[in-house]
Amino acid sequence: MTRYCDDPVILNQWHPLSSFDEIVVGQMHSTVLLGCSISYQLTAQGSLSVWLCNDVNFSLPLKRAYGFLWTSLGTPPDEIFAVEELDETDRQNVATGVFGVNVSFGRAIENFLDMGHFPFVHKGILGEEPHTEVKEYDVEVSESRDEIIATRCRFYQPQASLASEGGADVDYVFRVPHINCALLYKSSPGYEAEGRMDVIYMFLQPMGPEWTRAHTGMCVIDSKNSYQGIRYFQQVIFGQDKSILENQFPKRLPLDSRAETPIRADKSAISYRRWLTKKGLTYGVIPAI
Amino acid sequence: MASFQQFDVEYEMKVDLSQWHPIASSSDLPLRHVYQGQLWGRELAVWRADDGHINVWENRCLHRGVRLSIGLNEGSELRCLYHGWRYANRTAGCTYIPAHPADAPARTICNNTYRCVEAHGLVWSAIAPESSFEEQGVLEGLEPLALRPIPIAAPLHLVQKLAPDYPFGTLTHRDDTSLTLQYGQAKLHLFLQPVDAGKTTMRGLLTPAPVDSVAALLHHNATMTALRGEIELAATRLDPPTAIDVKFAPVAKGLARMPDIDNAGPKVELRAKVARKWQVAEQVMAFRLEALSGQFPTFQPGAHIDVNLPNGMSRQYSLTNGPGETDHYTIGVKRDIASRGGSTCLHDDVQEGDVLAISAPHNNFPLRRDAVKTILIAGGIGITPLLSMAKTLNAQELPFELHIFAQSKDDLAFSNILHDLVASTIPHMGLTPQATCDVIAGVLANYTPAQHVYICGPGAMLEATRELATKATWPDEAVHFEYFKNTHEIAYNTTFEIALSRSALTLQVPAGKTILQVLRDNGIEAPSSCEQGACGTCLMTVIEGEPDHQDVYLSTTERAANQKIITCVSRSKSNRLVLDI
Repeated sequence: MTRYCDDPVILNQWHPLSSFDEIVVGQMHSTVLLGCSISYQLTAQGSLSVWLCNDVNFSLPLKRAYGFLWTSLGTPPDEIFAVEELDETDRQNVATGVFGVNVSFGRAIENFLDMGHFPFVHKGILGEEPHTEVKEYDVEVSESRDEIIATRCRFYQPQASLASEGGADVDYVFRVPHINCALLYKSSPGYEAEGRMDVIYMFLQPMGPEWTRAHTGMCVIDSKNSYQGIRYFQQVIFGQDKSILENQFPKRLPLDSRAETPIRADKSAISYRRWLTKKGLTYGVIPAI
Repeated sequence: MASFQQFDVEYEMKVDLSQWHPIASSSDLPLRHVYQGQLWGRELAVWRADDGHINVWENRCLHRGVRLSIGLNEGSELRCLYHGWRYANRTAGCTYIPAHPADAPARTICNNTYRCVEAHGLVWSAIAPESSFEEQGVLEGLEPLALRPIPIAAPLHLVQKLAPDYPFGTLTHRDDTSLTLQYGQAKLHLFLQPVDAGKTTMRGLLTPAPVDSVAALLHHNATMTALRGEIELAATRLDPPTAIDVKFAPVAKGLARMPDIDNAGPKVELRAKVARKWQVAEQVMAFRLEALSGQFPTFQPGAHIDVNLPNGMSRQYSLTNGPGETDHYTIGVKRDIASRGGSTCLHDDVQEGDVLAISAPHNNFPLRRDAVKTILIAGGIGITPLLSMAKTLNAQELPFELHIFAQSKDDLAFSNILHDLVASTIPHMGLTPQATCDVIAGVLANYTPAQHVYICGPGAMLEATRELATKATWPDEAVHFEYFKNTHEIAYNTTFEIALSRSALTLQVPAGKTILQVLRDNGIEAPSSCEQGACGTCLMTVIEGEPDHQDVYLSTTERAANQKIITCVSRSKSNRLVLDI
C-alpha cells in the first residue's frame, strides 16, 4: 500500500479538515489528509494556519467556506464549488458531526446518493418496507458546473413531515459538485409551496485510500428542532450506514463497469463512477482497465 | 519446542486451490445463522437452509460488494442487508430486487458459489477442486468427536511442519493438509485449513468418540492452545508472508450495464427427470422434475417453463415452488379433453423416470413485494403460479389473501400445500358464474393505493375480473393476470410491412403468417413461448405504427399506448410498423 498520494486529481482539490465549531482557539489540532499528517491552528488574534506536520515551515493553502476549514496538498482552484443555499441569510447552517469510517470516500458518496437502502438500513426513519421502489429519476453531468445532479427523485418516507401522520413520497435532489463532497436537497416541511428545500451535506476528508472522515451538516430554513435534535438524528443515520460501509468489498470504489451489478436505481452511482473515470482519478478507487 | 531448534524453511508457501479443506464445524451452522469463513484468503458466507442444504458462497453481494455474512438467513433465501436483494438456496440466483418490484431480475444475476460437503462433523470446501470430495478413508463409518478448531497466526507450511509435535501418541499418517496421531485405540486426525497467507486453522477429529466428551474437549483445547503458542512464536521468526492475491471475478457483460427488463425467451435447454408423478385433485396430476445433472436455474414466483412432450408438442406450465425449493420444479397439469393433446400426453404417457426437455423458467407474471396488501385470485388449475406467490408472501410475512374458486373440494389442487397457507386462504366452492362475479366484486370492493391483485384462471373469469377491477377503480398497473390461453379468434388475413429499426431491414408480412414467423424466416432469432398471445414472451417495442392487438397479455392501458406488440398473434392496422429490434 502506498502511503503517500501521487494522484494529482485528488491532490489539487480543496479538502475539508474541520468545521469552525470544533476548532478550539489557541489549540493546535492534528489530523491526516491523503496519508499526510497535518496540523492547523486558530490563534486568539484570529490568524489561521495549516501546515504539514513533518515540516513546520511548509504552510498549506487554506480556505474558509460554508463554516469549514479547507486545505489542499496540491494546486487548488481559486474557488470552491458554489452552494447558493448555504449563503442564504434566513437559514441555519449547523455542523451535525464528524464520523470516521473505514472505507474509501467513493463508497461513502455512493451511499449518500443511494435511495434503495432507505427501507432496509434506515428502517422506520427514511423508508419502510414494503415501500421499496426507487422510481425513475433523472441524472445529468452538468457541463457548465462539472457536477452530477440527480433530479425528480422521490422516495416513500414513513413520517414524511411532523404535520402528517402517514407516510408519503418525499422529493430529493442530489448534487455531487466535488469528487468527495455531496449534498442533498429535501422538501422542507412548511416551505413546500415556495419550493424551498432543506440542504443536507457531507464533505469527506480522505485520510487514506480506504479511510475517511465524514463532516456532515444541515442547512435548514426554519428549524423547529433543537441543534441537539438535529445532531442526534444525523448520528443515528450515519451510525446505521457505517456498519454497511465498513462491510463493503473491495473497500476502494471499483470503477470498472463489470466489477459490480448496477440496476436502474443506481443511475446516479453509475454517473459518479464514469465521472471519476473521466477525471482520471486513481486514489481510493480501483481504476477501470 | 524441540522442532523449532531444527527449524529450517524446507516448506515453501504453496497455494493449491484444488484441495478440499474443512472450513467450518457442523455446529457453526445453527438454524438461520450465516457463518463467516475463509479459505486461501477468500472470504466465505456459509449458511444452512431450513431444508438442510449448506451453501458456501463468495462473501460479497454482487450488487454493491457488501458481505453476505452480515445478511439474513431467512431459511430458504439469503437477504443482503444493504438493499434487500434475495438470493436462493442452492442456486445463489437473485430472486428479487426490492428497488424494482415490478421487474423479474435477470436470472443470470448469481453469486459466486463454492462446492461443499458435510462429513464427520465438519463442512468441507475447495476453491477450485479438480475432483469430487473424497471421504477420509480412515474415518469411514465412524462418528468422530469434532474438537474446538484452533486458529493459528502462522502460514500453512509452518503448521504442517510443527503440528506433528502435538503430544498424542505417535504419528501414523501425514500429507499436505492433514495428519493422524495414534494413542492406543484412539486416533486424532488434524486437518489444516489455510485461512489466509499467515493464518491457519487446525481442526481436530477424535475417534472413537470418547465417553466423556467434555473432558476430551477441555484437554485438547488446552493442549492445542499450547501448541498454537509455540507455532505462533516460530512464525514471528519468519518473514511476513506475501498476501494471497484475491481477485474478484467480473460480472457477466450483460449485467454490467443496467439492462432493460429481461426479455430473453425460454429456449429448451434443460433435461429433467420425472422424479414423481401424483394426483393432486380430480383430473390434476402433479409432476416433480429434477435436473439430470447439475441444478436447475433460479426461478421467481409467477415463472413458467416450457415442457417439450414426447408427442412433439410444447406446453407452458407454471412452477408451484416456494422460495428456496431449488432442487426441483413442480408443475400441476389438468387434463383438458378439449385441448390439442398436451395434457392428455402428460397424464397418460409420461411416467416416473421419464426424461423431458424443458426450458429455463421465464417470468412474465412477476410478483411485486411492495404492496400494502396482495390479493391472489385463482380459478381451478390457475392456482399453480399463485401457489408460488402465496408461499413467497407467506415466507416474508407480507399480508395477502388467496381466493380459490373450484367446483368442489375434490377439484382443489395441492390442498396439502394450501393447508400450510390456511390462515390466508379463502376457498369458494361450486359457485355459478354470476355468484363468482359477486364474490370477486366484493373482494375488489375497497381499492386503496399500493394494493395489487393477481389473477390466473379460465379466460371468461379473467375477463370478468379485469372488468370488475376497472369498475372498482383499480388502476391497470395494479391488476396482474395470466391467461392459460388465448380464446379469442385471431385474424391472420391482413398484409403489412415491418421495419426493423436496429437492423435496418424491411420485411413483408403476408396473410396467413405472423410477424414472428416472418422474422424467423429471415433468420432473425426471436424468443417465444406459447405462440397464442397469452404468455408475453415475444413482446417487442413499437416505435411507429398502430398495432392490431389480438393478444390477451397486454393491459388496456398498454394496448392503448401502442408501444408494445405481442408478435406471435398481433398484426398492424397501419401499413407499416417500425419495431425496435
